[in-house]
Amino acid sequence: MGPSGKSARGASLVPRMKTRHRLCYAALFSLLLLGLLSSGLLQFWPRENAVDVGDAPHVTRSPRDVADLPRVQLALEMPTPERGDMSCRMHTCFDVYRCGHNMRRRIKVYVYPPAHYVDARGVTVAHGFSREFNDLLSAISESEFYTDQPARACLLLPSVDMLSQQHLRLKETGQLLAQMHSWKRGSNHLLFNMLPGSVPDYNTALDVPRDRAFVAGGGFSTWTYRPGFDISIPVFSPFSEEVDLPHRPPGRRTWLIVSAQTNIHEEFREQLQTLEARYNEEVLLLERCVGLPPGRDSARTRCHGDHIYNYPEILQESSFCVVLRCARLGQPALSDALQAGCIPVILADSYILPFSEVLDWKRTAVVLAEDKLPEICTILKAISQRQIEDMQRQARFFWERYFSSMKVIALTTLHIINERIFPYAAHSYEHWNSPPEVCWRGVMNPLFLPLEPARARGFTAVVLTYDRLDSLLRVVTEIARTPSLAKVLVVWNNQNKDPPPSTVWPRLNVPLRVVQTQENKLSNRFFPYEEIETEAVLAIDDDIIMLTPDELQFGYEVWREFPDRLVGYPGRLHLWDHETGKWKYESEWTNEVSMVLTGAAFYHKYFNYLYTYKMPGDIKAWVDNHMNCEDIAMNFLVTNMTGKPPIKVTPRKKFKCPECTAQDGLSLDQTHMVERSECINKFVSVFGMMPLRSVEHRADPVLYKDDFPEKLKSFPNIGSL
Amino acid sequence: MRATTRYSLLLAAAVAWATLVLLTIGALHGANTPFGRETLRRPTRKWPRWQGADKFPRMAVGLVSSSSSSIDKRNRGVNELEAPEEGAHVGPKARHAERRPLLRDRQSCRMETCFNHSPCLAHGFTVYVYPRGKGERVSESYEKVLSVIRASPYYTANPRRACLLVPSLDMLDRDRLSSSYMHGLRSKLPSLPFWNGGHNHLLFNLYSGTWPDYSEDLGLDPGYAMVAKASISNDIFRPRFDVSLPLFSRDHPVRGGLPGALMSNDFPPSRHYLLAFKGKRYLTGIGSEVRNALHHLHNGRDVLLLTTCRHGKDWWRHRDPRCEEDNAQYDRYEYGDLLHNASFCLVPRGRRLGSFRFLEALQAACIPVILSNGWQLPFSEVIDWKRGAVVADERLLLQIPTIVRSVDSNQILALRQQTQFLWSSYFSSIDKIVLTTLEIIRDRIFSQSSRNFLLWNLPPGGLYSRPEFSTDPGRFPFYYTYLGTRPTKMFTGLIHVISPVVSQSQPLLRLIQAVARSKFCAKIVLIWTCDKPPPSRWMINPTTLTVIEAKNKSMSARFSPYEAVLTDAILNLDEDSVLSTDEVDFAFSVWLSFPDRIVGYPARSHFWDAARERWGYTSKWTNEYSMVLTGAAFYHRYYHHLYTYVAPRELRTMVDSLSNCEDILMNFLVSIVTQRPPIKVTHKKQYKDAMMQPGTRTSRWADPGHFAQRQSCTDAFASTFGFMPLRHSRTRLDPLLFKDQVSVLRKKYRDIERL
Repeated sequence: MGPSGKSARGASLVPRMKTRHRLCYAALFSLLLLGLLSSGLLQFWPRENAVDVGDAPHVTRSPRDVADLPRVQLALEMPTPERGDMSCRMHTCFDVYRCGHNMRRRIKVYVYPPAHYVDARGVTVAHGFSREFNDLLSAISESEFYTDQPARACLLLPSVDMLSQQHLRLKETGQLLAQMHSWKRGSNHLLFNMLPGSVPDYNTALDVPRDRAFVAGGGFSTWTYRPGFDISIPVFSPFSEEVDLPHRPPGRRTWLIVSAQTNIHEEFREQLQTLEARYNEEVLLLERCVGLPPGRDSARTRCHGDHIYNYPEILQESSFCVVLRCARLGQPALSDALQAGCIPVILADSYILPFSEVLDWKRTAVVLAEDKLPEICTILKAISQRQIEDMQRQARFFWERYFSSMKVIALTTLHIINERIFPYAAHSYEHWNSPPEVCWRGVMNPLFLPLEPARARGFTAVVLTYDRLDSLLRVVTEIARTPSLAKVLVVWNNQNKDPPPSTVWPRLNVPLRVVQTQENKLSNRFFPYEEIETEAVLAIDDDIIMLTPDELQFGYEVWREFPDRLVGYPGRLHLWDHETGKWKYESEWTNEVSMVLTGAAFYHKYFNYLYTYKMPGDIKAWVDNHMNCEDIAMNFLVTNMTGKPPIKVTPRKKFKCPECTAQDGLSLDQTHMVERSECINKFVSVFGMMPLRSVEHRADPVLYKDDFPEKLKSFPNIGSL
Repeated sequence: MRATTRYSLLLAAAVAWATLVLLTIGALHGANTPFGRETLRRPTRKWPRWQGADKFPRMAVGLVSSSSSSIDKRNRGVNELEAPEEGAHVGPKARHAERRPLLRDRQSCRMETCFNHSPCLAHGFTVYVYPRGKGERVSESYEKVLSVIRASPYYTANPRRACLLVPSLDMLDRDRLSSSYMHGLRSKLPSLPFWNGGHNHLLFNLYSGTWPDYSEDLGLDPGYAMVAKASISNDIFRPRFDVSLPLFSRDHPVRGGLPGALMSNDFPPSRHYLLAFKGKRYLTGIGSEVRNALHHLHNGRDVLLLTTCRHGKDWWRHRDPRCEEDNAQYDRYEYGDLLHNASFCLVPRGRRLGSFRFLEALQAACIPVILSNGWQLPFSEVIDWKRGAVVADERLLLQIPTIVRSVDSNQILALRQQTQFLWSSYFSSIDKIVLTTLEIIRDRIFSQSSRNFLLWNLPPGGLYSRPEFSTDPGRFPFYYTYLGTRPTKMFTGLIHVISPVVSQSQPLLRLIQAVARSKFCAKIVLIWTCDKPPPSRWMINPTTLTVIEAKNKSMSARFSPYEAVLTDAILNLDEDSVLSTDEVDFAFSVWLSFPDRIVGYPARSHFWDAARERWGYTSKWTNEYSMVLTGAAFYHRYYHHLYTYVAPRELRTMVDSLSNCEDILMNFLVSIVTQRPPIKVTHKKQYKDAMMQPGTRTSRWADPGHFAQRQSCTDAFASTFGFMPLRHSRTRLDPLLFKDQVSVLRKKYRDIERL
């Protein structure tokens, strides 16, 4: 009724003349107004029934003053949450429905707005944050995980700084957690804590009553850590931020072992001193400096007798750094050692190592039982220099990725939780644990299982042809004599001409299929056609007629033994040309081979898929444009994916008979070679390195050229050139 | 005029309405879909920036102090990050004492508290099995478990020297309603002579609890013993103390076992069905929730989840309206067909958390989709199940088809191969399951020489990558490509000398010279088993020659891990081998490409002798081979370790007593590990084949009994391992220009062709 009333009143204010018009106007105007109003209202209407605690200026990004935080007073009779249930697991204490199914497979994290909490008597419970906590929350709020809407959040973070338990009022902190608007017994609430426990017993987990909330804690022991629920995080060391230790490449160091912690227990110190006395040259036991000259910072120095060392720089001078437990299990010295690229020797019984859910500490640190301390020299000396260097590299990598700032610690924690919610989208072990240089060097062979394909499955011959029909028919007839041929697939690359009718084709014992391509492209040869049903593919040109059935059959047998490699006949080599500073293609008869021609080669059909869909950069287009080098590209691809060079079979060096070479063959050869060399250099630049590897062997039948009756040999008919 | 105004007004009204509607929809839309609103409407409210944030206090004081000079002595040590100065924090000794009270709570048992390390440190990792008491009944499965332990290299008959003790009391089935439930164990267990509260004991269990609650109670007091248990939930699982076992059936073989079903790496790897399951549906009680809901996902096309109510004595009493239709569907499909034709197999919890479906799916190369909340997956302490299975949440059952469809072809290819690797490495037989259990415990006790993730999760797996050899994957022959490293480009020649040196033209001396001439030869080690002492002077540079007096003259001592060998490659040689430097160099260049295989010259073959129904051995020239003689062969030095510590003791004893077949055993071992044949390279002289001719020389090869022994060795080895690991190859590797009609000057290894 509103609009009509309004318009009636409006009508009395204006002259009578165009009442109808005015009526219209007014109605329109009011409608517009209503529209604007309602849309505005909807925009600012709190979408969640929960009301944020005093966070009006929360939106702005201009610096705020901690002193201005809204004061929240806890009621006198606030309930205290349960202490925390040791049997909690993700499937019991965590509400997975909050996380929903999310196409991006990413959890959303909400951070409660900050406040100044006081208890019923007005005494502060929590106010302000440490620098670390502020960094942590800033990092999370800047990350892809963040949401400002609690209803949409999978994870909720109270903005109460509990990183150090030292000065917390435990019960009251618990109470203020319980009054958070979405608390619900704490499920899906994550509490960050790095320094748990307090004098005298130093519990290894945060003592704040927390019910079902889970803890990202530094220094968990196996008795307080709930596997798969809590997350063990590092203890952040301020040196990560304040000291810039340049990366030192792995290698030999002055000392074998350095111990630079200052609060080691007496019993440990005595053991270390015994070690130092025995291995004077290799063990450096440092202590807190007494009577430092003015201007030297006691935290940045360590002393041995009169000698003053800079800390943490001194750690770079040692292969191993001792990280002993002190009152707490988690020690910032671990972070310092990793930063210095010094392999930590961790002696802290029952300690749950940081991020151990995803990190493989055995490749990075030496983890020993505390009572092994007197033996560490013998144990560490048994480690080879090669392994030491791997571990040094690994140590620095762990620091950079997982220890170096509060940001990486926070985001790693969230990534781990994310992987628990979306386990099928989890990162691999390699993603978490392999430094880039190892990833770059190493290869995870996609066909790693040592299977030997059954001989009976046979192979599919894929013949690429344009218009040499006669020769094509001859090739088809020839290869049909190979016992293990299962199917012939002719790839008809000529769009101007149709393939001949079925009457023209020779009668074969195996099916023959013809596929017509849309475009005359070389890469059609390596397309993963559905018609290819066997694992083994024989790529063959339409003019290769000299291969005997024995040679082809033997090639197939060799492929069955090496199904993850390219198996071909004529081999080629890549060489480094010192004069031009470039790679060179070599087709001379050499003692080495790094490529096989795909004019006739066996390979796994999976590589068709890789060639068509996973070829790096613009190599595929380059090959199609130049109408050349598809075989070089295939060799690059396979060696790069599997780390394995191809196998050349039989002495066959050329596809064409020597007499066939025309007069102008020589000059043609020259341009051909230049072009092929160009391809190699182009591909190297796309791959970022040279994946090809050369070998000195070829595969021959076991009795090849042996003094043995030919008729008893399985493959007597092996051609020579 | 009026009309135009009216129209314009109408238009304006329409526009206004449209705006209104749009805005409203936009607003509602924004609230409904993720991300829509933030991007369209307003900036996200983020964590504020604070004035003076860089001056906020550190979370702990003391480590970094800017004004050290002003710190007085009393305050000097306060460092909240590391520990308080009050100094008297609890020391290691006191902490040990403190743990005692913890012991009262069995649930808190860990290796640190409930396990006594001292016998292990004193005697190594040794396992004792109690003898069976009079009149005690032991199930067939448990008898198999015990036999595997007794045959393992860790077995000791002396309980006082044992690190781990295994009772012979059968606790596999603790379901009181089961027929194989053993009564009276409750009192027998504590009265075992070395029980000592259960410390250092290991109990095996497959089933616990019974209808209706299937609690995981063993029905007896395990004391401080470790429990290796199937279907264990993470509520009661004590991390790094208990071991989670796979549930295996009564007819699981002791050794060998079914090979993985995957025969080929077809691509694209998707099979006919996407997801399959066939099993019981529980109408009521524990575990019924998931199985009752499976039919929601069944679509009759590519997701086949078939359940039946027909099980138990009185199923019809609880039956529901769906049973009939379910049963009909259920009968339409063959379980085996589903397993082998589905990309993914659902492994939902049954009454207990684990089920037989799990191992069945693994074997069939059907990627398990595990739906069993709280199940501690088998051997999860060392196996990364992410690589071989999809672990889903029971609560999100309805999302499973979407999840499974989102796994792409490359992932399926990798997951499927991993199922096969895991199956054949850790699960295919009882001996693998039991040995994996023992190895996991061994790794905990000797943490400084324990396997890392790679050794457990990459082929050939933890049982064949022994940490006593090295904890560095880079030192094993298996991980070079994975790590992107190469083996050392030098080899050590290892020559076994049995006859005295009498003349300068002796084959031994020529052999030493030929090998020493190779530029890849780092050192020649002579293993001196001859009674006469070695000559004091040799013709070659003494720094490259080491003579080791063999203490143990047994055949197996040939494969002892000699400390003098510092290179990855070993060239193992009999003293009468005839080789040229070119042959050595070429074989070594081949070995560098295949560092995990034996690369040798003369080859032999095995075959199935159908007439005598046994495996045979042949030294005839044939078109294929499956062994190369180790009297002249390159291989990785790790295989000495493998031979000495992993080969079954009984086989090594057999080799020593026969003084024969050591090379056959070595070929068996390497083929087990690599699942590949060895590699034969070409060679000039028909080494040893010539000596096979009777009357040429008095050599052990000339003895006809020698050959008969090798026949029976081959058969005996295969039956001890439970399967025939050898594989045939039809390929010989030759130098690239071998016997080619080109100038010999162009050839790098021209000596090989000269006769």
